[in-house]
Amino acid sequence: MGPLSTTAFIISAVAKVLVIFVGWLIVVAGVTLAERKIAAWIQDRSGPNRVGPWGIFQPIADGIKNFAKEEHIPGGASRWLFFLAPIISMFPAFVVIAVIPVAAPLPTPWGLVEVIVADLPIGFLFVMALASLGVYGLTLGGWASNSKYSFLGGVRASAQMISYEVALGLSLVPIFMLAGNVTLPEIVRQQQDALWYVLPLMVGFLFFSVSYFAETNRGPFDMPEAESELVYGFHTEYSAMRMAMFYLAEYANMVTASALMATFFFGGWDIPFWAGDNIGVAADGSIIGATPAWWVTLLTFASFAAKTAFFILVFIWVRWTIPRFRYDQVMALGWKVLIPLLVVYIAVLGGAMLALEAAGIEFGVRYALSLAGINLVLLLLIMFWLDRSRIVLGGAWRQARPQQARSRG
Amino acid sequence: MAIGVKKVDRPEVGASYLRATLKGMALTFKHLVRPVTVAQQYPEEKYELAPRMRGTHRMAVHEDGRAKCVACGLCPTICPANCIKLIPAEDENGERYAAVYEIDEFRCIFCGYCQEVCPVEAIHLGVHYEAAEYSRERFVYDLERLCAQDHPFTQLWDPEDPASE
Repeated sequence: MGPLSTTAFIISAVAKVLVIFVGWLIVVAGVTLAERKIAAWIQDRSGPNRVGPWGIFQPIADGIKNFAKEEHIPGGASRWLFFLAPIISMFPAFVVIAVIPVAAPLPTPWGLVEVIVADLPIGFLFVMALASLGVYGLTLGGWASNSKYSFLGGVRASAQMISYEVALGLSLVPIFMLAGNVTLPEIVRQQQDALWYVLPLMVGFLFFSVSYFAETNRGPFDMPEAESELVYGFHTEYSAMRMAMFYLAEYANMVTASALMATFFFGGWDIPFWAGDNIGVAADGSIIGATPAWWVTLLTFASFAAKTAFFILVFIWVRWTIPRFRYDQVMALGWKVLIPLLVVYIAVLGGAMLALEAAGIEFGVRYALSLAGINLVLLLLIMFWLDRSRIVLGGAWRQARPQQARSRG
Repeated sequence: MAIGVKKVDRPEVGASYLRATLKGMALTFKHLVRPVTVAQQYPEEKYELAPRMRGTHRMAVHEDGRAKCVACGLCPTICPANCIKLIPAEDENGERYAAVYEIDEFRCIFCGYCQEVCPVEAIHLGVHYEAAEYSRERFVYDLERLCAQDHPFTQLWDPEDPASE
């Protein structure tokens, strides 16, 4: 099987766009239900169970409700920006999935089709760029609403997302050091050859998930919403479908984040301990490794979906467990803990990789396991030495830092 | 301290965040996989109501369907919320009956005095609480509607323990 002809490429691209985006929308709708159900179970409630069996048609009912409701624009609002903000926040959340490979290449009579919408050579840089676009929707929505709560929410959103973008970028540097590549399919393939990156980059995974939690404005980092302080923050003044679009953006971001976690650290569509899915494509279109088959594609897609679903569960689980941070805690965690720690981590990891290469160990399982040992030590240090009022200061920050408490009043 | 205030001795310096968070996540996970659901599926499952529960009114009727009320006027007199409107009349046999008998269920405080004071055991509170309507006017129950109610009468005392022992 050689490379695709131009016509086949265009047809396959259109088909992939349709299938993946429609599937993604359905997943996002399902996640809204999953969130409500899991929240209910965690709180010993039943959750939505009226619309269809076990409430599975609840997202449809929500959608109908949101379309039927009145769209209200507050007086003094900047109409154009008010209208634009939900669209801006939804767009990047849905576009990012284009660079995530969701399954092994699919063999067709016309050639081998990669199951990814756009295999961009800039890979993760594209993800980072679009993730930073998301902040515009929130900030503009807060600004355009002509409401002090919305405005505060918007300001918080911009401050938080800019702070954590630095940490997010830094937490991915170890992956690039290890993989030597920024495209996501390549990162997945390298994990198939060696180990999943969660082992050699355990600490990196911890930092990545924390910063991505902040980036999606969920879990303990939902400062821009903060319903108890800011009356839902940036979307206080939004109603009906526009508000639902903000929610869709949030859930789409969450699904994307879960997919990225699975791709970067848990081998993407890789099935562990099985060589049958190690399919590579050389530059001339010839196949390296195992033979592609439609059932391998399906199996790998199931593997990817299972990993993503697990991280979605973790997102929801964390949100309904951990109380929201105070704003100074969020900023302190971002600037004073994550960024310095990540710089140190990158230096330690870089040193370790240099030492391994000097010792003549090739990139592979042994290499990855040695890095995993270093990471385990670092993780234990973080858990048992650093985690003593040094990561997040609770109500005790006045006792812990009396000097600061005085100066802040 | 008048009420029991529990002072928890929390570690103030050197407290962990990550480990404590993991502990909390373990707790919520336990509830996630095995929820202790005590929720009642309301429209399908309903509470067992006590026989003395005081709900919306019901008028007792004779076998021929006439209301038992003799329009003596005791219930509007004793009603603390002044929610009963009664206009008495006499029929050809010289017997009094209520020409107009209306109870405003919005004003009613469900004290049950009307039931206690009634000499002919005509007006009763009922063991009933689902009284939702589409308009405010519908909450003024007229005599016909009071007679048509079919929920059980409220008991003035516990049938199993009439002397409150």
